[in-house]
Amino acid sequence: MSDMATENFANLAPSNAQKFRMRVLPFVLFAAVAVLIPLFGPSRSAYSLLNAIGINIVFALSYNMLLGRAGLLSFGHAVYFGLGGYAALHAMGMIENADGGFWGSVPVFAMPLVGFAGGALAGAVIGWPSCRRAGTAFAMISLGVAELIAAMGFMFGSIFGGEEGISGDRMNGPEVFGLSLGPIGEVYWFIAFWTVLAALLIFAFTRTPLGRMSEATRDNPQRVEFVGYDPTRVRYLVFIAAGGFAGLAGGMSAVNYEIFTPEALSLLPSGFVLIMTYVGGARYFAGPVLGAIVLTYMQSNLSDFTEAWLLYLGLLFITIVMYAPNGLAGIVAGLWNGTRATGMAYLKTWAARVVAIAIAMVGVIVLVEVAVRKSNGYGEVFEPFGLHLTPGSPLTWALVIVPLIVGLGLLRHLARDEQEAGA
Amino acid sequence: MTAPALKLTDLHKSFGPAKIIQGVNLEIEKGERHAIIGPNGAGKSTLFNLISGQFWPTSGSVELNGQDISRMKPHEVNRRGLSRSFQVSNVFTNMTVRENVRCGVLYSMGHGYSFWRNVGNLREVQEKTSAILEHVGLIDKANLPAALLPYADQRTLEIAITIAGGAGVILLDEPTAGMSHSETDRAVALIEKATEGKTLIIVEHDMGVVFGLADRISVLVYGEIIATGRPEEIRGDPRVREAYLGDENLEGVA
Ligand SMILES: Nc1ncnc2c1ncn2[C@@H]1O[C@H](COP(=O)(O)OP(=O)(O)OP(=O)(O)O)[C@@H](O)[C@H]1O
Ligand SMILES: [Mg+2]
Repeated sequence: MSDMATENFANLAPSNAQKFRMRVLPFVLFAAVAVLIPLFGPSRSAYSLLNAIGINIVFALSYNMLLGRAGLLSFGHAVYFGLGGYAALHAMGMIENADGGFWGSVPVFAMPLVGFAGGALAGAVIGWPSCRRAGTAFAMISLGVAELIAAMGFMFGSIFGGEEGISGDRMNGPEVFGLSLGPIGEVYWFIAFWTVLAALLIFAFTRTPLGRMSEATRDNPQRVEFVGYDPTRVRYLVFIAAGGFAGLAGGMSAVNYEIFTPEALSLLPSGFVLIMTYVGGARYFAGPVLGAIVLTYMQSNLSDFTEAWLLYLGLLFITIVMYAPNGLAGIVAGLWNGTRATGMAYLKTWAARVVAIAIAMVGVIVLVEVAVRKSNGYGEVFEPFGLHLTPGSPLTWALVIVPLIVGLGLLRHLARDEQEAGA
Repeated sequence: MTAPALKLTDLHKSFGPAKIIQGVNLEIEKGERHAIIGPNGAGKSTLFNLISGQFWPTSGSVELNGQDISRMKPHEVNRRGLSRSFQVSNVFTNMTVRENVRCGVLYSMGHGYSFWRNVGNLREVQEKTSAILEHVGLIDKANLPAALLPYADQRTLEIAITIAGGAGVILLDEPTAGMSHSETDRAVALIEKATEGKTLIIVEHDMGVVFGLADRISVLVYGEIIATGRPEEIRGDPRVREAYLGDENLEGVA
């Protein structure tokens, strides 16, 4: 038995071809997609969605340096995003008002670097006390700090601009790569450049001694001490780096939206980055990228269709936590490996599962949409496909209960089948 | 005369009202192989925890090569050249065998907290790691996830990580516990080879291993060392026979 295992793993050392496929190719493809997208002539709204996605990819990747890699659950990561963004906006203000001199020669294109510095500095200050502890204590401290900084954001008007926040203008200073950063299509190139660069750097970080030791500290802080590392120090340095990249995303956001409000420091975006990362899959490097793409898309599109979109987001999050703890990336990886191992049979049960979930979703959607309209009290009625679903009609309740029972029943049946097959 | 590798002076440790270590005095010379034996719950692992910085003593001191380390954290102790293994395997289960050993190597080779180098490109680190894997006989399993290692190999990996940093003083806590006869023999050979020229302190229940390996033996009972001496002295000591060894235990090794 053990010999078999050994044999299977004897040649596990990645060959150069494998290394290329696992480490280089994804980035080449990622960059290629980023470069090719403008050829399809995206609309204005598509561009603004893409820019938001780029910002969130970097934000979520920076969050995963903590959650996935270092095992640190933070409820206040938006603090570093926000402070980085504010730093960038203030720098943009200096560029705007510069009469030559240092700020006269700084391009707005470089604002993500200012954001990085701001986020890293904030990380260095706040991380000093909070990284002494891991686990629950760390999570609680991060929550307290987030509350504190958000409250400060509303108090110190000269820095944070009060409720309206502060705004800036990106069309100042010297141009880089011939980009005036005026039209949104040019901002796209700015976002794409920094997204790809930041993703590369964050990936490279995982391969450094500090990056490796942060994973070791996550798994076994005691043993880390006995190979000469101070776990507190490891966490602290990773925390600074994660704060820096969050700030970099903040700097991208500052240039893209030209405004920051104290909202950006609050618990809401902190929760959103947690959800993006977790839904995407914290155990995979690509997980947060996937999560950022899917959830940013949902955020901007689903909110047009239904005002209950946060409710659906919550449902998605809970479902992932309970049934797919490795997130979307885990599902994709499982699908890939399962299909390769057992072929079409796996794909079939998987498709059946998707159908079952879709059926159950019908019930959930009808319930939510009807309930939302009733609670609004405007007498509005949910009318999908010409149906007239009032809260009192039997048809409504049939459309809630029947799909739920059928869908969930099917899911249970599939789960039992799988267990029997596995046993 | 140079300072002893390790010197414990009037060491005490209490957990609340429970006095677990009660006045331990011990000097271990450089290059010595010293075994600590004693019944279950005598405080052997606690003593290791005190020496390695995991716990701080209630009173008394620990000196490593003449330097007081009794108020240092484990990583500080480790950097001063003392490394330990654990009674229950304590490896990085999510990593491969090679990565585990590399974790043990990195700091000692000056790559502490660096975030500007790719670990895969650190030639000397790779070479040192491979050399250690070769040395302990795990090179064939280098790319196996540590969690999938058979038990005896996990114990070997535990030793490999412990020696990887090149520490001069090695503490091994029951390295052969739970092994079969042949596995134990192999482990002992490995320990002898891997700690050559180093100071070794080993906690062990297998008397065959203890009497075969140790230059000197200390007997710990209820947190006190009741005897220290060469193997034949310990074997003949009536207090030791009474307190711990029991005649049948000695038959096999006499
Ligand atoms: N952190 C702790 N808090 C309280 N009591 C402890 C702690 N660590 C150890 N003890 C107690 O100290 C005593 C000695 O434990 P220790 O593990 O040192 O024994 P040991 O000699 O290594 O035994 P074994 O041969 O079983 O490994 C035990 O009674 C144990 O319950
Ligand atoms: Mg013990």
